[in-house]
Amino acid sequence: MFDIHNLYKAKSVADAIKLLSEHPEARLIAGGTDVLVKLRHFDDKFHHLVDIHDLPELKAVRLEGDTLALGAGLTFTETMNAPEVRKYIPVLGEASSTVAGPQIRNMGTIGGNIANGATSADTAAPMLVLEPEILINGPGGRRNVSIKGFHTGPGQVALEPGEVLGAFAFDLKALKGLGAAYYKYAMRSAMDIATIGCAAGVKMEGDKVADLRLALTVAAPTPIRCPAAEAAGIGQSLTESTMKKILDALETDIKPRTSWRASKEFRTRIIKTLAERMIYAAANRSGEGA
Amino acid sequence: MIIGTSPNRLDAVAKVSGKARYTEDLTLPGMRHAVLVRSHIAHGLVKSIDTKAALALPGVEAVFTFEDVPDTLYPTAGHPYNLVIEKRDVSDRRLLTSHVRHYGDDVAVVVARDPLTAAKGAQLVKVEYEELPVLIGYKEALAPGATVLHEFMDNNVLRHSVIEHGGRVDELMKEAELVLEGVYHTPIVQHCHMETAVSYAYMDDDDHIVIVSSTQIPQIVRRVVGQALDIPWSRVRVIKPYLGGGFGNKQDVLVEPIAAFCSWKMGGVPVQVALSREECFTSTRTRHRFDGQIKMGLKKDGTFTAFDVKVWSQTGAYASHGHSIAGAAGSKSPYLYPRAAMRYDATTYYANVPSAGAMRGYGQPQVTFIMDCLVEEAAHALKMDPLELRLKNVARVGDVCQFNHHTIHAAGIYEALTRGGELIDWRKKREAYKNQTGPVRRGLGVACCSYGSNTYPAAVELAGARLILNQDGRVTLAMGATEIGQGADTALTQIASEALGIPMDQFNTVTIQDTDHTPFDTGAYASRQTYTSSTAIADAARQFKDKILDLAALISGVPRSALSINGGNIVGSDGEHLVMTLGELAMQSYYNIDFGNPIVSEATHKTRQNPPVYCCTFVDVEVDVPLCRVTVKEAWNVHDSGRIVNPKLASGQVHGGMGMGLGMALYEEMLIDEKGKVLNDNLLDYKMPTIMDLPDLDCAFVEVPDPTNPYGIRALGEPPLVSPAPAVRNAVWHATGVKVDEIPITPKVLFRYLEKAGM
Repeated sequence: MFDIHNLYKAKSVADAIKLLSEHPEARLIAGGTDVLVKLRHFDDKFHHLVDIHDLPELKAVRLEGDTLALGAGLTFTETMNAPEVRKYIPVLGEASSTVAGPQIRNMGTIGGNIANGATSADTAAPMLVLEPEILINGPGGRRNVSIKGFHTGPGQVALEPGEVLGAFAFDLKALKGLGAAYYKYAMRSAMDIATIGCAAGVKMEGDKVADLRLALTVAAPTPIRCPAAEAAGIGQSLTESTMKKILDALETDIKPRTSWRASKEFRTRIIKTLAERMIYAAANRSGEGA
Repeated sequence: MIIGTSPNRLDAVAKVSGKARYTEDLTLPGMRHAVLVRSHIAHGLVKSIDTKAALALPGVEAVFTFEDVPDTLYPTAGHPYNLVIEKRDVSDRRLLTSHVRHYGDDVAVVVARDPLTAAKGAQLVKVEYEELPVLIGYKEALAPGATVLHEFMDNNVLRHSVIEHGGRVDELMKEAELVLEGVYHTPIVQHCHMETAVSYAYMDDDDHIVIVSSTQIPQIVRRVVGQALDIPWSRVRVIKPYLGGGFGNKQDVLVEPIAAFCSWKMGGVPVQVALSREECFTSTRTRHRFDGQIKMGLKKDGTFTAFDVKVWSQTGAYASHGHSIAGAAGSKSPYLYPRAAMRYDATTYYANVPSAGAMRGYGQPQVTFIMDCLVEEAAHALKMDPLELRLKNVARVGDVCQFNHHTIHAAGIYEALTRGGELIDWRKKREAYKNQTGPVRRGLGVACCSYGSNTYPAAVELAGARLILNQDGRVTLAMGATEIGQGADTALTQIASEALGIPMDQFNTVTIQDTDHTPFDTGAYASRQTYTSSTAIADAARQFKDKILDLAALISGVPRSALSINGGNIVGSDGEHLVMTLGELAMQSYYNIDFGNPIVSEATHKTRQNPPVYCCTFVDVEVDVPLCRVTVKEAWNVHDSGRIVNPKLASGQVHGGMGMGLGMALYEEMLIDEKGKVLNDNLLDYKMPTIMDLPDLDCAFVEVPDPTNPYGIRALGEPPLVSPAPAVRNAVWHATGVKVDEIPITPKVLFRYLEKAGM
């Protein structure tokens, strides 16, 4: 039993925005895989809910020109199975497939995964590599922001009260030739939260790295890109010595912490190992597909 | 022959179709729900408790605190009562306490009309504590001047014992050509049964309390609730419905007394207590953490001469099974290498952590880990193949165990090790995995263990069986043996079918044990039920058959000596031609005006034999050195459990045990901080392995029939989880050259060892 006082079922995104403005104490619930956990622990910020679960307009997959837009309400399972995802941005589907287990993947949404601001979110690292625009609906209309900088602090994102995350728009032209890979390092192979997540995007031109994007989760209070490591690799050929430079530079990008879940030293070892392996894996995929 | 075949589980369809009703599925009109108020500190005295806000919450009907409960201490261990006072379980628990001894201890209880209101009410009870020092490890708990957890104790040593038969261990160590020593640690783990602890109680007259509970031990629950509430035992009736796993946690009296107490105080209304997963971690039972120091003496040719084992067993806040855990492991271990002498020094101590109790293996996984790690050390020291070294020393039929002077009449561990070595291709892989240098390496490991078939002579062993011939010729089989998901009903029905010559589909097997109605049995634990109950069934079947054939002879006029039962029919001297069907005979037994009576037989068997069983595990692991991760690629358990009644069910039992054993090896540990707080009291942070983390689990049986059982059966339930952990540890050593002297070998633990080794 959950201590839900009011549940307002939204008929559309516009209706959800209206309900949120009428009930400022209310929070959004989509898949419920975070909200119900909060309620199970008697978190009193979640007694009033606006339900956007299964709204068709949040489940759209639209390919228009060079833009692929994924509705924020797509579940992880739907994301994994979407042909457009498989064709153009397979790394996002691969990351979605690492979330928890099948039941959670059938409920949890990619929008919720980003909007809850968790540093461990499985889709956050590939999103940071793929750099979609985030389409936000609010009482004042629509606005677009970049995924880069969207995470503002632990559990915090650049959403204003009353706003609903609508979709992620990927610029496929910019992604052309970019190979990408993701690895979720957790204490077990399913039903777990990442100890470290690492996604890399590499575009090779000849034997030189034309583009390098490296993103990590749980390596800092928010999901991060690694500008120093990227700078150390771009324009270089992917030799062992370049890799060493990338990994050395990476130390300035990350801020892993010691908690009872893992020590800083352990996390650092895993981060470096994953960064190396994912950069090579992404380089191998460079030029494939899109 | 139905023994040795694999008919489907009797409850398979009921369970997969959702028809089987578990305790929480059952409800009664007007049922109330109780939620415990639990301490959020690990050690302290309640200074004040304020229940006003909770009582004011609409829907809350009662709040009871330690001030309301009987001022009596009771034991909770699922052991049969002992007539010898010194051998009884320690009584150290009150229903609710003002002296909290672990994080999650029971201070008060809130009863409400629904579970949510009860939970909210529990949060409104304000408790102030005077904090006391928190003691965790044995060094702190046993330090001179340490705060004593229990008022009736002088220190925190629950019990200390030293057992040594022959008295030659010191002498043998002096004579030994090689002496090795080691220090090893095993973690606190939890059972994680799918169905959490749940019970409800009600009174259907003024005198009797009925308790419906997810328990392995209905008869013991009856007795303990009688003790806790200070009422005659037979005024308590305990009913066990379908059950979703116990693994020893429910071989303890958990929430039954508080459910009974609430109902009793509230005039008999039904009161349910259903614990959350978090409460199962903090406030039911766990596996005892062991710290072990071990020494062994051996000859240069690899012959083991002596073991000197010293263990500290952490029982936590309350005794529960207490010293029995360390004691049982000490008495079962020597059967593995029986020609070596052994001294076993065990200390069980109180500490401010959740209470440890029975858990599958009952101390054996801990002691096996401690002993097997050192045996592997011996193989390295002697440069001997680890499998050869074990083969040289394991039990053979006719050995006399140096520890207790019992002769071993059946032992198949030599054969099991040989078979396992062939199945995993030991020689070839050991050779292939030599001298690896890459980041990802493979390793092969073996470990073996011994176990018992019941609890004798530590406790009384009783098993009851009843057979009833119904009007339609179908046979009701009612057992005291408790079906908890392990398949007891199916295996025992197979045995009854074989004993009577009546097909299995002609049986109605009672799956719900009820202390007022089913025969007496002490419960599902110690891997005992198939071994002990099979003799009771054989005895009851003999009487049953006699009654059937006597009446058949009387009615048919065919001489008694010419009659037998075959395929569920009464047949003549050729064993084939039909004299009458059982249904025809049954109708005569009920309704013949002149002859017969309904045919019922009942037998109770008291076991006074406890033959050892054996198991070994072989694993092939992959270690990703940079990622500090161990993956088990292949795992075999080979068992010697006497004759196997149902190979499919037995394999299921082994697979489950291997999964738990691999969990203990690589994943599972309850983490408790220095303040006694349980950090990972949920299935996200407590890393029980998923199916994705386990390899295909393979098993085999070497069936050495046991002479002490009419069907050649010995025990199987617990042993599967005992030897996987040391096998994995030995394989990791083989793969990396790094020996880890603790479990679980999680990435974080392996990281420490690898960094130390400069890897």
